[in-house]
Amino acid sequence: MEKAIKKSSLNVSENGLEKTVSNKRLEVLKTYKIYIGGQFPRTESGRFYQPENAAGKKLANVCLSSRKDFRDAVVSARGAVSGWSGRAAFNRSQILYRMAEMLEGRKAQFIDELIQQDSTKAKAEKEVNLAIDRLIYYSGWCDKFQQIFSAVNPVASSHFNFSVPEATGVVSIIAPQNDSLLGLVSVIAPVIAGGNACIVLASETKPLCAVTFAEVLNSSDLPGGVVNILTGKPAELASWFVDHMDVNATIYCENNSEVQQMIREKSATNLKRITFYDKINWYSDEGQSPYFIMDTQEIKTTWHPVENIASAGAGY
Amino acid sequence: MAIAKSSQMMHDFSLSPRIDQVGVEERASRFTKRSIKNESKENGLKLVLNMIDLTTLEGKDTDGKVKQLCYKAMHPHDALADIPTVAAICVYPSMVKVAKKALGDSGIKVASVATAFPSGQAPRDIKIRDTKYAVNEGADEVDMVISRGKFHSGEYNFVFDEIAAIKEACGAARLKVILETGELGTYDKVRRASDIAMHAGADFIKTSTGKIQPAATMPVTLVMLEAIRDFYYKTGKMIGMKPAGGISKSKLALHYLVMVKEVLGEDWLNNEWFRFGASSLANDVLMQLVKLKTGQYQSANYFSVD
Repeated sequence: MEKAIKKSSLNVSENGLEKTVSNKRLEVLKTYKIYIGGQFPRTESGRFYQPENAAGKKLANVCLSSRKDFRDAVVSARGAVSGWSGRAAFNRSQILYRMAEMLEGRKAQFIDELIQQDSTKAKAEKEVNLAIDRLIYYSGWCDKFQQIFSAVNPVASSHFNFSVPEATGVVSIIAPQNDSLLGLVSVIAPVIAGGNACIVLASETKPLCAVTFAEVLNSSDLPGGVVNILTGKPAELASWFVDHMDVNATIYCENNSEVQQMIREKSATNLKRITFYDKINWYSDEGQSPYFIMDTQEIKTTWHPVENIASAGAGY
Repeated sequence: MAIAKSSQMMHDFSLSPRIDQVGVEERASRFTKRSIKNESKENGLKLVLNMIDLTTLEGKDTDGKVKQLCYKAMHPHDALADIPTVAAICVYPSMVKVAKKALGDSGIKVASVATAFPSGQAPRDIKIRDTKYAVNEGADEVDMVISRGKFHSGEYNFVFDEIAAIKEACGAARLKVILETGELGTYDKVRRASDIAMHAGADFIKTSTGKIQPAATMPVTLVMLEAIRDFYYKTGKMIGMKPAGGISKSKLALHYLVMVKEVLGEDWLNNEWFRFGASSLANDVLMQLVKLKTGQYQSANYFSVD
């Protein structure tokens, strides 16, 4: 082994002087870590797995997150909710736009990773472009959906009565397995556009883009904890994603009826909102809509007492 | 007079042992590496709950706030059967009467801070009156602060005499002496202040007021526990320990219990000799206890605000 390295890296002439140095160098491989609270820790469990592509090539050593990583992520998300939902909607819009900008700038890397994960060049390009456009789409909706889904309600008393959507809080998401970038972006964007914080479990077999997307988030002025991304196995983590009492809503994007059943049962303990996106084609127009934002909003109605001004006459 | 007598046999505090900072910090970090299995964890959490001095020391405290806290002390979380109450309620002297009445015959103690808490910058006669007022109102325990300024100027006798005078004013009430380690600066000084407090008659030594950062840390608590151990070997007298401020998570509290057990032993593992000064720790412990029972991670939304 030692000999082989010497031979390839150095060429030594008879007089012992170095003649040429080979251009070969060890490639520096990226450590695919998880994203919690704006940091990139390794999993608390120290475990990893090696997803493979169709050709049987190992993609990377990827963190096999544990329920404790999830618990830590919930703590970060909970801490981030009030600040994020309290920001001006316009500011959230700016940050989503910034995410799109950052993604655009790193397009090549995402295309490369998608190709490693069995996509073709043309398909990968399309997926990345759509993902960028989707962020722009929800960036636009950040400060508009409230107006569309709010209402002033007619009531039979002297009250000004209005209903407005508000962020539901902490959302746990099990992302689509197949569209590992577009699906991920399509589920995260509406959740955070509405002011929620989320914990996302990336595609088990195609996790590379999710981790790289975390790097995009980290350089987009998005406050730490608003989006937390874990890698690992849905089979192991799904029940914890629904069980946690401090999670207000759960989104599940696969068609596994047993898991859906489990989610329905467990969500009852604290009346989580549950949503299944199991039949959505993320490439089509049905993959984007302000109704996705409304899936993690609550309607708050306010009764504001008013004087009976109609009979009062002009005050001037 | 008791004070004069103890002054005569006075210990030379300049001879207090020096502390090896690296060693203490390394040793303290070891206590966090113990594996605690579920059953021990449950017992540990209940013990932690039973050692808490549930505290409110705010300018904005009202009778209502104190009554609510007392209710919380007696009924930490009624959904859980067989959990203990906390050890004591810790309030300002003006709230002692309210707390005493609210706690009734529950057996929960009322601790009152005194001696111009938290700065301690007042003449001695005022500090003594402050203490006597708290005791007359019904305080079972008094938490005093030492004069850090005097301590830093090397007037150890002043600090010693002050503690002894307050001890006398306490009568039957147990005296906890707050060193405010965050203002002492070095472990050497923490050790020296501990020695002074114990020799002057403290029943407990306590790290912090909770108003200064850093408050209780594991290394600083370790230094104080070792001082208690040395004092015990020398005099045969047990002194209690109370870390306060900054301990808000169950896991950290369990690390403290491990430390007490390994430094002082089982005799100190009860609320007569060890306390946590904390407000948010209680809810975290309750959440962990419910988690152990139900297997579900809990949310603060379902626990009373204190």
